[in-house]
Amino acid sequence: MSLTVGVLAIQGDVHENIMSTKIALQELGEEGTVVGVKTADDISKLDGLIIPGGESTTIGQLSLVNSSLKIIKEKIEHGMPVLGICAGMIMLSKTANDRVVGKTDQPLLDLLDIKLERNSFGRQKESFEAEISMNSINITKFNGVFIRAPSVSDVGSGVDILSKFNEKIVAVKKGNMIGVAFHPELTKDVSLHKYFVNLIKKSKK
Amino acid sequence: MLPLSGERIDAKGIITDKFDSGDILRGTSTLKRGFAHMLKNGVVMDVTTVEQAQIAEDAGAVSVMVLDKLPSDVRKAGGVARTASIRIIEDIMDSVTIPVMAKCRIGHVYEAKVLEETDVDMIDESEVLTPADESHHIWKWDFTTPFVNGARSLSEALRRIEEGAAMIRTKGEPGTGNVAEAITHIKKVNDELRSIKTIYDSGDNQDLVRMAREFKVSYDLVEETAKLGRLPVVNFAAGGIATPADAAYLMSLGCDGIFVGSGIFNADDAKERARAIVLATTFWNESEKVKEAQKMIDERQSMLGLDVKTLELRMQERGSSA
Repeated sequence: MSLTVGVLAIQGDVHENIMSTKIALQELGEEGTVVGVKTADDISKLDGLIIPGGESTTIGQLSLVNSSLKIIKEKIEHGMPVLGICAGMIMLSKTANDRVVGKTDQPLLDLLDIKLERNSFGRQKESFEAEISMNSINITKFNGVFIRAPSVSDVGSGVDILSKFNEKIVAVKKGNMIGVAFHPELTKDVSLHKYFVNLIKKSKK
Repeated sequence: MLPLSGERIDAKGIITDKFDSGDILRGTSTLKRGFAHMLKNGVVMDVTTVEQAQIAEDAGAVSVMVLDKLPSDVRKAGGVARTASIRIIEDIMDSVTIPVMAKCRIGHVYEAKVLEETDVDMIDESEVLTPADESHHIWKWDFTTPFVNGARSLSEALRRIEEGAAMIRTKGEPGTGNVAEAITHIKKVNDELRSIKTIYDSGDNQDLVRMAREFKVSYDLVEETAKLGRLPVVNFAAGGIATPADAAYLMSLGCDGIFVGSGIFNADDAKERARAIVLATTFWNESEKVKEAQKMIDERQSMLGLDVKTLELRMQERGSSA
């Protein structure tokens, strides 16, 4: 079975996620291709999608322009696994507020029942690296790279909290959707990408 | 994974904070270079007011750069160009959700400290402002805030990275609306990268040592860069970009993103132009979309532009030799 994993290539840290996913496939001994995707046509062929970090306002607006937002939503509703990283988690959420500016009217996928606080830990100077754990998915030690990171201020029913740092929720999962506030693609550790590849594999069975 | 060649782990800008949930690190190379990664494939726009910053955000800019005057107005005004008013920077930080950058003068350590204290997300040590110390750029490892620097060649880019720059941009010739110099600079950097990659692949270490001496940087940084075949940090195009086609062309030359200075807010169709340049940057490899973006702007409303050969002030030369 060959898996097709896409990384939404509108804006942000696309290349690093492609590389991390390729290494994850290799280490798991899985066959598959990893591609950057932009158009509705490319997205329709995917078994799984990573929405990478970047600026959520930019990614949202531009994926609205070329109608990729609509097909992403349909695919996820039909069970395609998705990993939303930082801006990607914001995209998955139902509501996002900025810590300073307040309510934003940016385009969101409105799928994951979480409330997001953007720039939750402060500006770039407050960006940090910290050891975190996601015990419920068997990743006990992970170097979390938080860059102007959001956090989850509230979760709806059925949303699992995978990780907290300093009382703030920084990783969540509901069914086929995973959202993380930190950047696994900036570290050597591909365990989260591996977990995601396995999730895609299971969804294809 | 992030390439971290040239990083200094003894940097003073790295801070450890203690929490109940464990220690955290701030100001590491991963965080600084990682911040620049989040801007990739995006457009950073020069702004001078809150209103312009909001137009930029609505157009889909990934960040705004706050200046006292747009580069073309700096050219007209003459005199000494300094960092922008802190009050304006703070007002802009309070009104947009995207990251806010600001420029300081080359070598002006205390303008940079003031900007760090203001909490801007990135500092541009910029040749657009009047240099304060052309023989010593800021030692950027002392800062927790990441820096971006301009470069016209690979050796200049590597010297800035060795001083701690987390991001590089071409210098171009700011405030001219003329993209020619930016194109020249990115092609030069690309050619030089290809040539050191060839040396690396041939296994000729002696020649790499010679290159390190020529570039006036450490051997390790040259070796790592040669191995990667690209700069170890994000590299944007800047200087003279005025139209969607300018932006798309520079993206096609391998730039990771675009800085637009005077090109937007000195044009008479700023709103449409800001949007059009973002679209062309995102979809640069789809010519139909670049055409659509170019159609959104009116050439009669583009800034007039200047021929670089006749300029009295060549900003790109500032700080280049150090």
